[in-house]
Amino acid sequence: MYVPEQRSSLADLKVGTTGKISSIELDGLLRRRILDLGILPGTQVQCVRKSPAGDPIAFRVRDTTIALRSDDASLIKVYPG
Amino acid sequence: MKWYQDTPCRETHGRVLREHFGVAAEAGQYIIALAGNPNVGKSTVFNALTGLRQHTGNWPGKTVDNAQGAFTYRKKPFLLVDLPGTYSLLAHTVEEEIARDFICFGEPDATVVVLDATCLERNLNLALQVMEITPNVVVCVNLMDEANKKKIAIDFPALEKELGVPVVAAAARKGEGLDALRETLYQVSTGARQSNPRRLTYSAAVEEAVQKLLPNVQRLVDHKLNPRWVALRLLDGDKAFLESISRYLDLQLNWEAPQEVAAL
Repeated sequence: MYVPEQRSSLADLKVGTTGKISSIELDGLLRRRILDLGILPGTQVQCVRKSPAGDPIAFRVRDTTIALRSDDASLIKVYPG
Repeated sequence: MKWYQDTPCRETHGRVLREHFGVAAEAGQYIIALAGNPNVGKSTVFNALTGLRQHTGNWPGKTVDNAQGAFTYRKKPFLLVDLPGTYSLLAHTVEEEIARDFICFGEPDATVVVLDATCLERNLNLALQVMEITPNVVVCVNLMDEANKKKIAIDFPALEKELGVPVVAAAARKGEGLDALRETLYQVSTGARQSNPRRLTYSAAVEEAVQKLLPNVQRLVDHKLNPRWVALRLLDGDKAFLESISRYLDLQLNWEAPQEVAAL
């Protein structure tokens, strides 16, 4: 049976913890937007807060705080760092 | 390679500016576009340069503010057009579309990109995107007072060398760096200072596809746009941009380019 590789994403980061981007599994304009906001492979991102329902989530990237939908955040994979 | 004309047809240019952008330039007035990320003090730079000689309204047909202001430097008249603050020019939003279309089709004599000195890294993305469209760029690193407070030092000669366009340091709210900015704008607009912007090279596959598209694109855009940049947008599959091209250049879009792109 095929078992998809379990990799953590931005959505899995706990508040206050950081991770580094490994890949951005989004397409088209949304991918472009994420890149324009400075979220590139290797960038360190910190989860700063989650809204009560867990969506959206606020992240600190390159000295700016941005909010992402958790659906989108779950497609941005991270590794510890 | 020089793709832009030295003497653009002023009459059509004036019409495009008036009808599509609501910009009424007087004869002989140099048009300067002012671009930048949100919250970099772009409006402060705008106000500092133009003072009270301003006209505000909306972009034609859009609910986005438009501000234009005039100033005179060394007896030459300039018209400064404030573009909406954006992180990118690749048109996800109305603001980005306006900024891109103006830089592309409004044919400003120079474009100032205002950057926040305290987060250059993020801001340089927009500067590079503008430099891909036009060589007539002046980079204004604003908020130098904030950067000094945060003990951020910027190596301006190195930055200018890396970018290949003039870079001016400013703290617009204190009035610092504005004379240098005016002088640089004068030099770039009048053609006294030619820049050689750093060109981004993409992966071999992309470059090859661009080379294949170039001859046709060149014929089609006919010196009005940077063909390399248009080819890159075609490869992006940017449909909104194709619509803009046909709107501003009065081109008939029965061309085979989209199929050609799809085949690559």
